Amino acid sequence: MTIEFVKNRKINYTISFVLIATSIVSLALFGLKPGMDFVGGSLLELNLNKIAVSSDQIKSVFAQFGINDVIVSAIGDNGLLIRTKEISEDQHQQIIKQLTSQFPGVEESRFESVGPAIGRELKNKSITGVIFVLLGICLYLTWAFRKVSRPMSSWKYGVVTLIALLHDVLIPAGIFALLGHLRGIEIDSNFIVALLVVLGFSVHDTIVVLDRIREKLRLMPGLEFGSIINQSINETLSRSINTSLTLVLVLLALLLFGPVSLWNFVLVLLIGTICGTYSSIFIASPLLYDWYRLGQRKQLKK
Amino acid sequence: MLDAERTKLKKRALGWLIVIVIVAVVAGFFDYGHQFSFLPKFFKAPFRLGLDLSGGTHLLYEADVSQIKDSDRGSTMSGLRDVIERRVNLFGVSEPRVETLEVGNSYRLVVELAGIKDIKEAIKMICETPYLEFKEQRSDEETQQILERQKAKDPLYLNVDPYFVATQPPLTGKYLKTSSLQFNQQTYEPYVSLQFNDEGAKIFEELTTKNVNKILGIYLDGQPISLPVVKEPISGGQAQITGKFTTEEAKQLVERLNAGALPVPIKLLSQQSIGASLGESSMRLGIKAGIIGIILVIVFMLIYYRVLGLFASLALIIYTALSLAIFKLIPVTLTLAGVAGFILSIGMAVDANILIFARYKEEIKKGLTKFRAIEEGFKRAWPSIRDSNISTIITCLVLYNFTTSIVKGFALTLLIGVLVSMFTAITVTRSFLRVFMKEGH
Repeated sequence: MTIEFVKNRKINYTISFVLIATSIVSLALFGLKPGMDFVGGSLLELNLNKIAVSSDQIKSVFAQFGINDVIVSAIGDNGLLIRTKEISEDQHQQIIKQLTSQFPGVEESRFESVGPAIGRELKNKSITGVIFVLLGICLYLTWAFRKVSRPMSSWKYGVVTLIALLHDVLIPAGIFALLGHLRGIEIDSNFIVALLVVLGFSVHDTIVVLDRIREKLRLMPGLEFGSIINQSINETLSRSINTSLTLVLVLLALLLFGPVSLWNFVLVLLIGTICGTYSSIFIASPLLYDWYRLGQRKQLKK
Repeated sequence: MLDAERTKLKKRALGWLIVIVIVAVVAGFFDYGHQFSFLPKFFKAPFRLGLDLSGGTHLLYEADVSQIKDSDRGSTMSGLRDVIERRVNLFGVSEPRVETLEVGNSYRLVVELAGIKDIKEAIKMICETPYLEFKEQRSDEETQQILERQKAKDPLYLNVDPYFVATQPPLTGKYLKTSSLQFNQQTYEPYVSLQFNDEGAKIFEELTTKNVNKILGIYLDGQPISLPVVKEPISGGQAQITGKFTTEEAKQLVERLNAGALPVPIKLLSQQSIGASLGESSMRLGIKAGIIGIILVIVFMLIYYRVLGLFASLALIIYTALSLAIFKLIPVTLTLAGVAGFILSIGMAVDANILIFARYKEEIKKGLTKFRAIEEGFKRAWPSIRDSNISTIITCLVLYNFTTSIVKGFALTLLIGVLVSMFTAITVTRSFLRVFMKEGH
């Protein structure tokens, strides 16, 4: 059985277009909500030990110390996560004292505090990291596609891979912008790491398909470019899906059974992996075909 | 393929396989060493856990070195580290990590305390390490000038002490050799006796000569604790702090001074404290997710690839045993993100197998024998296996070199995972197949 990926590409372009447009709009409208990691602030996690404490009660305790901008959210079924601006160690100790005397049995299970200077530093480091990963991947692509092949020159394979890569990063980023707006989810350094890992996966998936196209071009020079692409996708389909599937399986295990604090991290990876597989099958190679046709049309006009 | 050639390959593969299985079994015992009482001590070493798994505190301080000459900053920082280390050791923390860092123009100190129950007490203890310094009186003109400036609300002068200024040359806790608790013979009031080292003694002599009949203030953590008037130059480097303390207070001060006075003041920049029970539950959930992940991958491989999948699964189990043993040997500090990286690498470890098996099926379709198809499959899948791992390796290397310690943990486990998986998925699976694959179509 052969699936017509190239013929039906318009449907897939539409799906991706809608997803990417939504992502860009939500990124533009809401932006990504930078977490404490990047702007400084404090985070306090309480183990409630089955004691009923409302978020308003927590807020009123913080208000006693002049801290009014407090976000309280549930974590797991027995914990509370409290986020505020940066509080000093003294304030922290006083607040804990007040909390534990007012709600006996409640325990502090985590406290993190980051000064704004450190936040800025981490932000700069993350940006450097992203730039270097992109640079490394570009260099790698130039190397991977170094053998010039017809009817497309090799750099075009690289560009198509980069487009697929952008696709795979924009969608999870857009989803997190939306989640930030709806559920107050903030992005932290783990989010950046997850995006970088997605970059790596996305490239590898796309390369498997493109490699096959080039091999086929060499072995069957007479065949029409469109059907070469379609055959290549079909032949690599099971391995594309299977390699991602094993990853999706462990990510699902982490999402469902792993610690809550990894949830956002795993979610980015999961969305990115699925997008990466989708784009390398449905977007990257058909795009190559359209680019090829564009060139042909130009030649005919001449 | 010739029979003789096949037999030779098979024999060599069998040898390999025996070695691999023995190594894997040893690695497995090494991983779970603490469970088996008969094993030698070497096997019982625990994994090195990050603070987010063992519970503990990560503190980042900034040292104020503005008063220190550029050339002396390095040695001052190592002095600071030694002092804090002694403090922390007093607290009985196992393997505390105290490190200095230079970021741009700022000098930092990282303190990591694993597995302690009372984080509050520990932070207090580090913060309470006294910063001892001596201050001398400003000249009257200077005092007047500053007071006028302050009246005019000049923001530059608002926080300046109009009466006292750090001594020139500076005399700080850096030059303290020892201190002891003494009692005044007449009044029985406790006082603290300070003994400076040779360099400190010289400075002290110079200062007391310069400041006869003036006040030479003794400051602790920025607060004056004693403001004695210098009657005559003092040589020999002996000083006294005669504040109004109780015996208990004086005793505490001596203890703190002897543990080491900070050569420079420090400020807490950021902290991260994880309760032991939260760390434990993260660890437990991480292990659970990992085991479920492995089982899911194995079930999938068995359903989709049958016998081939069985050998890939065996290779996956060997992979897990080997990677964990390497983590323990290096040792890699396992953080929560690191555990996530390792679990992620489980999902990627069979990727090479999937690529090989896909090639194998194509070769079978071409009419090759099973044995031949396996050999061809491995040979032809190699470029894509190599290429597909390179992008992940690039990402890991960048993450390892350009980010924070938490992210480093993730990058390192993922990197080790990718490298080990290339070995197990290719060499180990191939040996299994060469030995156990029957000839035929």
